Amino acid sequence: MTAEIGHFALILALLVGIVQAALPLYGAHHGIRPWMAVAKPAALVQLALVTTAFGCLMQLYITSDFSVLNVVSNSHTAKPLLYKISGVWGNHEGSLLLWVLILALFGSAVALFGANLPPSLRARVLGIQALIAVGFYLFMLLTSNPFQRITPPPLNGNDLNPLLQDPGLAFHPPMLYLGYVGFSMAFSFAIAALIEGRVDATWARWVRPWTLAAWCFLTAGIALGSWWAYYELGWGGWWFWDPVENASFMPWLAGTALLHSSTVVEKRDTLKGWTILLAIVTFSLSLLGTFLVRSGVLTSVHAFATDPARGVFILMLLIIVIGGSLALFAVRGPALVSTGLFQPISREGALLLNNLVMVTAAAAVLLGTLYPLVLDAVGGGKVSVGPPFFNAVFIPLMVPMIVAMAVGPLLAWKRADLAPALSRLWAAALAALAVMALAWAAMTGGPLLGVAGVGLAAWLFVGTLVELASRIRLFRDSAADSLGRLRRTPRAAWGMTLAHLGLAIAVAGMAAAGAWKTESIQAMKPGDTVTVGGYAFTFDGARAGRGPNYQLVAGAFRVSRDGKPFVTLMPERRVYDVGQRPTTEAAIHTTFWGDLYAVIGEAEGAAGAYVTRIYFNPLVAWMWAGVLIMVAGGVLSLSDRRHRVGAPARRAGAGVAQAARA
Amino acid sequence: MPTRALYLLPLAVFLVMAGYFALGLTKDPKIIPSALIDKPVPAFKLPPIEGGKGNGFSSDDLKGDITVVNVFASWCIPCRAEHPLVTELAEMKIARVYGLNYKDKPADALRWLSALGDSYYATGADRDGRVGIDWGVYGVPETFIVDRFGKIRHKQVGPMSPDILRKQIVPIIRDLKK
Repeated sequence: MTAEIGHFALILALLVGIVQAALPLYGAHHGIRPWMAVAKPAALVQLALVTTAFGCLMQLYITSDFSVLNVVSNSHTAKPLLYKISGVWGNHEGSLLLWVLILALFGSAVALFGANLPPSLRARVLGIQALIAVGFYLFMLLTSNPFQRITPPPLNGNDLNPLLQDPGLAFHPPMLYLGYVGFSMAFSFAIAALIEGRVDATWARWVRPWTLAAWCFLTAGIALGSWWAYYELGWGGWWFWDPVENASFMPWLAGTALLHSSTVVEKRDTLKGWTILLAIVTFSLSLLGTFLVRSGVLTSVHAFATDPARGVFILMLLIIVIGGSLALFAVRGPALVSTGLFQPISREGALLLNNLVMVTAAAAVLLGTLYPLVLDAVGGGKVSVGPPFFNAVFIPLMVPMIVAMAVGPLLAWKRADLAPALSRLWAAALAALAVMALAWAAMTGGPLLGVAGVGLAAWLFVGTLVELASRIRLFRDSAADSLGRLRRTPRAAWGMTLAHLGLAIAVAGMAAAGAWKTESIQAMKPGDTVTVGGYAFTFDGARAGRGPNYQLVAGAFRVSRDGKPFVTLMPERRVYDVGQRPTTEAAIHTTFWGDLYAVIGEAEGAAGAYVTRIYFNPLVAWMWAGVLIMVAGGVLSLSDRRHRVGAPARRAGAGVAQAARA
Repeated sequence: MPTRALYLLPLAVFLVMAGYFALGLTKDPKIIPSALIDKPVPAFKLPPIEGGKGNGFSSDDLKGDITVVNVFASWCIPCRAEHPLVTELAEMKIARVYGLNYKDKPADALRWLSALGDSYYATGADRDGRVGIDWGVYGVPETFIVDRFGKIRHKQVGPMSPDILRKQIVPIIRDLKK
């Protein structure tokens, strides 16, 4: 019964979606107010229906209803409750349901909190949201129904891929989807603006919080995925340029560009067409991310759907959504007139440089991800370009951008002089040189790239602080005046400062972890010792045991530094009962300067020897910390007063709700 | 108008991409494994694993009798799980079982074979994976059944399970023997 209710709710949601798309869009075109007003209740009903469907699927998973195919394929009675729940979205059909649930959530947020939007704009935004939703409902109902029954029902399920049975991964997809789908708001606003033919500062102020919220979620989602790869895959790496990682990284790059260019639209009434295009491109890349993962065009660990019928459907959807919006852009875009003029050396110029680098980087990632596909399509065979390509393209792009990132915020709008800005950065230059010298001395013989990387990070970190100091006129006015300015600094400005500081810390982590990682792979008997990164790891042997739904072998390493005991690491190797698939659970001890990382592999011959992998990953924790600070910066900026103008009465609430108060 | 053309550019780029996607979709990922089915084995010659026994093997060795080619590597965890079944198949003596050591370090491979048992009729080392590409290997382990005319008749992707061995691999070999 539950499955039928869910299925029925999904069909109803499709019908409501069609109404929500048709009436408000038509009404907005002909100025029929009651038709436009349909959008709000329709969006709320849609949310109620999709929530019902999602709740039904979750109920089926929790009660392990094996008469439903989706539950059979992805669950098992012996699985812990958390993974029964996360199993709901750990598969193709369920993840789509999550997608539309989040879309409906954002839609009703506009309906509820968008009271200050002009009625026609709100009707159009919601209508376009509904069009996207209709595409996804059709896709689910026609090709990927999560409520498909199976007869006869089997006694037990096939279990979820054990790699996915992990707390980090339980929350990774929802975060990522909040980001992907969040960009649909920017997209809908962009299309609505193209239809209305009007893009101005107020429009930019409405779009910005949605973009910012989506960006925060996506940033956190990507970091969570990378963290999961780091501790679960057991190779000590944190980014593999896997197509699926790239799929989430491309919208991030484009979304970051959008975030910066929408500031220019808001403050200077220029770069309009470009910002609209970025909004379309960002959401298109989000859709493409879904497409790449789901269609089987690219096969990878993550790809849970390889069904050509689905691929054809998604391709049609992409052509309609992306092709349609770009065609609209081609027709209506030239009509958007920008009034603000600016010189190349100016705040606008710096933001445009950021945009160009971000977009070029996104294009490069797209090329590297799709090139193998294109080559295969023209008969060139299956290849993978892999990390060498991405590193070769990415690093030369990012280095000048980070150099410019410290300078940009110091430039005035419209027209600026480079020389005074640069002269204010003497402290940053000094810091960069000092850090590079220190790194060079400490890591003699290491790759130069690492030295340059931490130097850049120091430059950006101190440069961002210099900007903060000059904003509050530190040391130039009295301390009390500076403190007053510090207090009056708007949260959006604080957000930028934090986000840039966060990036600096993350860059230091990436550079150090990339350049100075040390590893040692060997067979170890109990009592054997290896030294990695200045720490001595003594293997104490391994013992077998049992977890809730797996067998395990747990090894013990006593780690000492300079002869003094430091910590004991207990990595595990698990073999899941169902499917007999093994996973590694690395043991990680985080210190300020780096992570001690131990993995236990296969038994090697007799005498209790095991294959072990031991790594010292310098500054890895800085990466996660830096990303967290970036997200915090985004959230802080989201709470800025300027986004709340127009709804002064309400103060409580957080996250999406706050974003909605545009 | 040059500006208008500029606004058309994103659409044009997207349409080209969509065209490639459409082409890409015609290549079903599930078809790839069987693309070589009923085709002769690609011509190749593999040296033995450095420091190991034997002289390697080549496409000529796969003619005249039914053979099985098992692609394995010491770094591959499922291979280890599968290995006892490979041994079992070899000991049935219904087909010669060759081992194609894929992208492996010789020392690791030899240590692996000495620990788990080497029941291969012969092994060849494909250190850079060139021969693997010709065979369409896209994951390890993979197992091919080759008939007496040197044509690939079956491909098993991923590790064999006892079930797959008994219900698929062995019956196919028996059929080919008739």
